[in-house]
Amino acid sequence: MDIFIIQFLNSVFYASILFLIAAGLSLIYGVMQIVNMAHGSFYALGAYVTAWAIGTAAAGAPVPLLFVLLPVGAVAVAIVGAIVEPTLLRPLYNRPEEYQLLITFGLLLILEDVMHFTFGGVPLTAGAIMDASGTFPVMALRYPVYNLIVIVIGIIAAIGLWAFIYRTKFGVILRATSQNRRMASALGLNVKQVYILAFAIGCFMAGLGGAIVVPSQAAQLGIGVDALILAFVVVVIGGLGSLEGALVGALLVSFVRTAGIQFFPEIELAVLYLIAAAVLLIRPTGLFGKTT
Amino acid sequence: MTTNPAVVFRPTLSPRRIAAYAAPIVLVLAVLPQLISPYQTQLLTYGLIFAIAALGFNLLLGYTGLLSFGHSAYFGLGAYSAAFMVRYLGVGSMELFIVGGVLLTAAVSALFGYICVRHTRIFFAILALALSQVLWTLAYKFFWVTGGTDGIRVAFAKMTLLGGAISFTGAGAYEKFVSSYYYYVLFLFAVCTVLMWVIVHSPFGKALQAIRDNETRAQFVGVQITRYRWVAFLISGTFTGLAGILWVPLNGLVTPDILYWPFSGEIVFMAVLGGFRNFTGPIVGAVVFNYLKAYAVASTQYWQFLLGFVLVVLVLVLPTGIVGAGSKLMEKLRGKDKAGAEEAAR
Repeated sequence: MDIFIIQFLNSVFYASILFLIAAGLSLIYGVMQIVNMAHGSFYALGAYVTAWAIGTAAAGAPVPLLFVLLPVGAVAVAIVGAIVEPTLLRPLYNRPEEYQLLITFGLLLILEDVMHFTFGGVPLTAGAIMDASGTFPVMALRYPVYNLIVIVIGIIAAIGLWAFIYRTKFGVILRATSQNRRMASALGLNVKQVYILAFAIGCFMAGLGGAIVVPSQAAQLGIGVDALILAFVVVVIGGLGSLEGALVGALLVSFVRTAGIQFFPEIELAVLYLIAAAVLLIRPTGLFGKTT
Repeated sequence: MTTNPAVVFRPTLSPRRIAAYAAPIVLVLAVLPQLISPYQTQLLTYGLIFAIAALGFNLLLGYTGLLSFGHSAYFGLGAYSAAFMVRYLGVGSMELFIVGGVLLTAAVSALFGYICVRHTRIFFAILALALSQVLWTLAYKFFWVTGGTDGIRVAFAKMTLLGGAISFTGAGAYEKFVSSYYYYVLFLFAVCTVLMWVIVHSPFGKALQAIRDNETRAQFVGVQITRYRWVAFLISGTFTGLAGILWVPLNGLVTPDILYWPFSGEIVFMAVLGGFRNFTGPIVGAVVFNYLKAYAVASTQYWQFLLGFVLVVLVLVLPTGIVGAGSKLMEKLRGKDKAGAEEAAR
């Protein structure tokens, strides 16, 4: 029973992270129709920056300060996103979408090596937060409190993003732009600004995912490439451009993966890809995508 | 009416002119190994192998308008099928590798293609990617079959070419392998290029281009678009699979890396680098990419950055690739020559 509870918590923990990454990917696609192949690298960048800030720059600082430093990675990634959109993506909106895939793939290659160059090849950790948070008992076993904090952050982010998109004026502008860019522009909205903000918010989500995962898992080379594919699986299952879809997809992928690691470790990942392929075949727009 | 600058009507070259263009290139490629070091010959062999893969890939991207981000699957399948034949059947004949590997990749591309062509654009790309990653996880996780990340070693010393007529044992075996394998690959590369040329200039190839340019119109004039796309996928995957088979003895080792999706990205890169709107673009792109990567890896540990930078610049500045930019430059020069000649005549 205790194993069951811990695996359940692990799944939800994992789902929180995946949701943050996938929601950003989905938001960017929903507004700008760009599949951002560098999204996993943004997640990795968030992880690296936070790990560097907590583990190296502010090592030994009091724990509350470390918690304050946690979102640093997300902010840094949002700034990078706000620079990337106008310089690299904007010239390509009128070109076939293959070029957008290609340029974000190029960006992925660049970011991987920039991180390698800046942070070195050694994994970075921010374990101080994890250690300071302690554990709580789950029957005979113990479970880290920090994982619960991540779950709470994931829930807050989900509610926050939902409220932002459906309950604020900027959310209305965002949705209007995603439905009809030219009409929005004709109505006097500053579409360029909306795009920069949307891309930056999407990047912020990915960076936040990296930032909150890094106290429990080290930031190392290659985590971005792995994360991207899982985020793809999530958004394909849930529907590209759908927030609810990202949530349901993240939960589904996490639970299948946790069950997979427990019961069928050899084909755990293959099953996820096959689910994604099956969903694409039966319902191309995903479980929650709009059918056009 | 707006015209897409990437689509330029160009009359097909006559067979005689093609031969006039191709003959010197073939001649140079045939003489080259006598002049350069074995290492350079090996690099060029890699380039030609990737050119076959990129040619196959471009039947989908350049001629059918489908961007596959999953072609590592067919390259890897070809490679693993050859490696399995060595490891489990003790086969050493290159011709048997080719027969077995091509049959296997054709079968799997037929299956994957059947699924993928139900979609276009982004969904096609992601579906192709998801399916290729299924193969990657299988190669990665079933380590007792595939060797996992250690891969499977395929020693050239155990290989024979041309049904056992050429084998590589004794002194100087390595040099002999490099040079004879180069000609082996060169021959198959020439066959593949001619074959692909015939395919894209056949009525079938024209139908694919019609689908690429306007799906609705193509359907309207009676082209069965799904079936044509499927056949294009099948041919494309099989060409890439053949490249994978040829790659194995040269590399000596097969690891799951060639099934992982960044390798699909490299194949896409090759086509874009050369220019996917040209028949020769992917060939040039593959050879240049291979040199670029080899020298970038040799000179800096940050070679990915260099490749990424080149890709970004290509997409922003040179979307028609090396061949596209080159032919545009040639046209401009020729145009100037004409204008100059006319002026002189006046």
